[in-house]
Amino acid sequence: MRKRTWGFIASGLLVSLLLAGVVSGFASADPDGLESALREGCTVDAEGAVTGGDCPAQREQEHEIGGPLADYGVTGIADDALATGLSGVVGVLLTFALAGGGFWLVRRRAGQQPTGDGDAAQSTSAAGVG
Amino acid sequence: MENLAMHISNGIINGPVAAIFAVIALAAMALCVQRGRQHLDDRLAPMAGLVAAFIFAVQMINFPIFTAGVSGHLLGGALAALLVGPWVGALCVAVVLTVQALVFGDGGVAMLGLNITNLAIVGTAAAYLLIVALLRVLPRTPAGLAVTAFVSALVSVVAAALGFVLQYQLGGAVDLGDNIAGLAGTIAGTHLLIGIGEGLITAMTVLTVAKTRPDLVYALRARGPVASTPIPAVGGAR
Repeated sequence: MRKRTWGFIASGLLVSLLLAGVVSGFASADPDGLESALREGCTVDAEGAVTGGDCPAQREQEHEIGGPLADYGVTGIADDALATGLSGVVGVLLTFALAGGGFWLVRRRAGQQPTGDGDAAQSTSAAGVG
Repeated sequence: MENLAMHISNGIINGPVAAIFAVIALAAMALCVQRGRQHLDDRLAPMAGLVAAFIFAVQMINFPIFTAGVSGHLLGGALAALLVGPWVGALCVAVVLTVQALVFGDGGVAMLGLNITNLAIVGTAAAYLLIVALLRVLPRTPAGLAVTAFVSALVSVVAAALGFVLQYQLGGAVDLGDNIAGLAGTIAGTHLLIGIGEGLITAMTVLTVAKTRPDLVYALRARGPVASTPIPAVGGAR
């Protein structure tokens, strides 16, 4: 693959790291649309735990794994923004490694004829744009 | 520590329904691998990895939606479909959800099939159908691409949210009775607002990529959704 594409990938990864590592610290702390709808009818304390009433969220159970990065924090780091940023950086790198690595392993190798569906025949003609 | 969960948690939907959707999600992902492989070459594979990483990052950034006390965040289905196509795009979102469930305690592991069905399958499919339709009728300009991205992203968020409502009707842990309509209304309303944010982020991101590397935008490629028409020169071909 061309060097220029790797340059683009590297820049995109840097942007993602900044978003997850720094900008995430400025995110809204309010529950999202799903969570807030599930809490409707219940009273909730400052920590987000259901304290009474009748709503779907009151049946929420513990997560099976949890782990040191649960809830986008880091066990042992009290500073919320720092912990969120660190776990975000880990998440971006891990996601890139898993997705990129997985896609790289199953990709169509150069010279390998695409098989299967009808649009495959056009694939070679589209390749030389970059 | 604030509760930062943003996907379906354990206990919200009952086990049997969650298991059925796990099977549906697994089958759909297998199909996506099979179909997506046709498109995954040396250029698309790392791009798809980047798309997944970017979606993970942006999902962390909850934005206010002008309804007191409620926030929204990117789901990413439309963005993935535009940049890497529907099959690989759905896989990107599924990888993000899997990492979030296994490593970040976000979304129950038992609920993963439900979350993948809503966000990766329903969200991406709804977006892609609209992308194909809109790119056919809209002018082949940056504005046309922006409108396509905005509308498909907005609708995909509402579609994904309604997927949850259906799942809740099938196996919600708390029987809401007639109140399921109230839940549906609340969820549709907030996700319409979240969809506006999703639309803005998606349009901005896709336009940026289209300006710098139009060849990396699946929706603009010759074998993308508009195979019979030439590649539009958004921001000038390179």
